[in-house]
Amino acid sequence: MNGLDYDYMMGLAPILLKYLPLTLEMAAAGMLCALVLASLLAIIRVLRIPVLNGATLLFISFFRGTPLLVQLFLFYYGLPQVLAILTQVNGITATILGLTLHFSAYMAESIRAAIVGIDRSQTEAALSIGMTNAQLMRRIILPQATRVAVPTLMNYFIDMIKSTSLAFTLGVTELMGATQKEASGSFLYFEAFLVVAIIYWVVVETLSLLQRWLEKRLNKAFVR
Amino acid sequence: MIKVEKLIKRYGANTVLNGIDLSIEKGEIIVVIGPSGTGKSTLLRCINFLECADSGRITLGGLSVDAARASKRDILTLRRQTAFVFQNYALFANKNALANVAERLIIVDGWPKARAHARAREILERIGLADKADAYPAALSGGQQQRVGIGRAMAANAELILFDEPTSALDPEWVDEVLGLMKALAAERQTMLVVTHEMQFARDVADRVIFMDGGRIVEQGPPDKLFTDPQDERTRAFLRKVLAQQPSLAP
Repeated sequence: MNGLDYDYMMGLAPILLKYLPLTLEMAAAGMLCALVLASLLAIIRVLRIPVLNGATLLFISFFRGTPLLVQLFLFYYGLPQVLAILTQVNGITATILGLTLHFSAYMAESIRAAIVGIDRSQTEAALSIGMTNAQLMRRIILPQATRVAVPTLMNYFIDMIKSTSLAFTLGVTELMGATQKEASGSFLYFEAFLVVAIIYWVVVETLSLLQRWLEKRLNKAFVR
Repeated sequence: MIKVEKLIKRYGANTVLNGIDLSIEKGEIIVVIGPSGTGKSTLLRCINFLECADSGRITLGGLSVDAARASKRDILTLRRQTAFVFQNYALFANKNALANVAERLIIVDGWPKARAHARAREILERIGLADKADAYPAALSGGQQQRVGIGRAMAANAELILFDEPTSALDPEWVDEVLGLMKALAAERQTMLVVTHEMQFARDVADRVIFMDGGRIVEQGPPDKLFTDPQDERTRAFLRKVLAQQPSLAP
């Protein structure tokens, strides 16, 4: 076995880091959209809104039941053949869309579980002072459910950051795509993929620190 | 005046409220006593529409509704004229004491935040918890939580405050501070409907005591009459049992 080419690795890191913002942007956009969609889906499930509840179940079933890569190919390569207007959609948008739909299906279930877990007395107290259902959700239930859901949601966010690497299969030159290109130029595959692995790892660890801080903050109201 | 007419509530085959008629004068303090499972709490919960009665009529603050056919709007209007004090306090866990009291003023009554907070501070002062304004429920004792619960009800400026066994979940050491606060409210002639097992409180504070059994009002009257000269055998049996546990109250 030959030794690692450290000089190549040190030189490669700054080149790859230029693509990190795109990776993070796709993940952040995907997470934001997924949070909104998942909250809506969760509320539909909790309130058992007719028709929408059934549609939500089907949505969750499909996006949890099929691989993300299949979904991305379906949206990016498949759908435009059926709906011409979708040929306008670029790889980045398609990735964000795919991540949103895929992860919102998972996140909806953990948000729903968090909402259902809030003690019934909180609802009764809010109703007794004359709040509407919407006020009850916004002021009492969702803030408390957030605290319960944050650890699992952060897990999904971490998973989502790593899943942006699939965008390279849609021709997007993000972190993974750039590494692939660099590696096939230098033939130093091990070094190149080791560098990109370390970059992902450091990003995720940084996020874990943020998660701990966030959980501590959200728990503030609940410690004696 | 508050009026409840022919209120009926069933859970499946079990009739919990079997035709309750009750009218409450402004400023009247009514204590409801009776064995467990006779519908005392359900009566309070039906007046606040935390439960929907199967039939009957509720009149409050100029609005009279058929309980079975109340619209969402009616329910909201009625709820906003009553306040509820829960057995388990039920403070908003994500809000500190001040915000618990101010929440209704801001969200339901649409007060500006500063004004609502000023009013909430006044109330905290009154209930002796001004120094706990920033404390979250988890950091308060049971007695303190229940006083905030009462403070939250006071903020509503309600026609009627409903107390559902407000001291039953408390350690004995906290009971007096909560009853003391309720007495102070009663002295101001805040209209109150109180379900409790605290017979001494009923004696000292109530204008009228109602004895419920089997989903009906069996007997009612001023406390000195009801406690010393109960007419119905069920009332006598219940009072014998309860007063045996609280001997200082025996006539």
